Order: sequence, then structure tokens, then C-alpha cells
Amino acid sequence: MIRRTESLLVETVCRILIPLIQLFALYVIVHGHYSPGGGFQGGCILGASFILMVIAYDIRWMKHRFSEKKNTLMVALGVFIYSLIGFICIFLGAEYLNYGIFHRILPVDVAKARSLGILAVETGVGITVMAVMVSIFLNLTTYGKHEKGEV
Amino acid sequence: MKIFAIIIVILTGAVLIYSTFDMPDWGNPNSPASVHVSPRYIEKTIEETATPNAVTSVLADYRGFDTLGETIVIFTAAIVCILLLRREDDKTH
Repeated sequence: MIRRTESLLVETVCRILIPLIQLFALYVIVHGHYSPGGGFQGGCILGASFILMVIAYDIRWMKHRFSEKKNTLMVALGVFIYSLIGFICIFLGAEYLNYGIFHRILPVDVAKARSLGILAVETGVGITVMAVMVSIFLNLTTYGKHEKGEV
Repeated sequence: MKIFAIIIVILTGAVLIYSTFDMPDWGNPNSPASVHVSPRYIEKTIEETATPNAVTSVLADYRGFDTLGETIVIFTAAIVCILLLRREDDKTH
């Protein structure tokens, strides 16, 4: 099902496009405060860039750059970041996920601290969504075998 | 038995359609959804969170716990997908 296209045209276009797609994904994540976007949308675009790698090259080529171990760790890392932010708020003396309390440890006022808390949380969401997209795509398209051969 | 099921579906659909006549108009400023917490989110989002995009501030700050749940849902989807499908070789197949 997923085999290398071995087409010079496809590989060259993807080699140029993939970094731009990833840059745009990071822009969507960090610019979610001012424009439509955020962790879910940016994470999906970032995951799509890795899926494009699998389609244009093959799974082995993609895994050489983004191994399965790293991918599975990042699935959990995003949720961990999110809940860690919540627990830091508790240790600083506020409610769970009440980012306003960050003004005690950061040199900003309460509103700006909330803005930074939103950014940190969106980053966690983006990491999880990206890893989940890649993981589900690989497992569903190859029946969990992660081979480049036909299925 | 099939006719019985169709009658139940039609009756339920009729009740649901009848209940929509009591819903407020589209975009009605006096509807419960528009007078409860929405005005506060729209008016105070820059003052309280320094975030011009009210959607983001509601998603990640005012309703942060809800978004944590959403993230855990997709986390669970990936974990279940790995547990059910992933295998190292195809000898079992």
C-alpha cells in the first residue's frame, strides 16, 4: 500500500514543501492568540508533513528522521506538559490550570501570565496531536506492521 | 417488527422537530446562550488574558479543563490504536 514512488518530481517537490509546511505549522501554533489556529490545527498540519514524507518517500525514510520510539514518547509528552502546567499552578497556590498565578515566578502581570500559560498549553496540545496523527496513520495504513511492502 | 421500528423513528423525529419551534431565533441577542457568559468572555478577554482571539482564550483558559479532556481523548485514541494494531512481524497473520 505504501511504497516508495521513486519519482524525481515528487521527491524534489516534497523536499522543498515539507520544511515550509512544518514552519507554517509552528506559525499556526504560536499565532493562535491573534488569528485562527492553535494546538489542534497546528498539530494536524505538523503531522501532515510527516505523512507526506511517508507518501513521497517511504516509512523507513521517515522513521530515520522521526523514530517510532520518539513518536510514542511525544504522544504522552504533550498530555504530560498540559497536566504539569496544571500541577505547577497548584504548587504556586492557585486552582488547577489557573495560569494567572504564574505572575509570581515570571516578571509579567496577571493577564500576560495567562497569555503565556495558554501558549504553553497549546504547545503541549500541538505535540500530542502531531504524534497521534503520525501514529494512527502508520498503524492503520500498514495494519500495524510498519513495512513499506504491499498489504 | 420493522414497521414498529419505523413508527418509533418517525414519532421521535416528530417530537424533536416539534421541540425546535421553541428554540430562539438564529443570532438572537436575548437567547440564553448570548446573555449568560458570552458577554463576559467577549468584553474581558483582552483585559483578563491579554489574548485578542476570544476563541483561544475560551478554549485554553476559561475552559482549560475541557481542553485537557479533549487532549486525553486523542491520546487514548493513539494508545488504543498502537495496542490493537501494532505488531513487530507478520508471523501471526
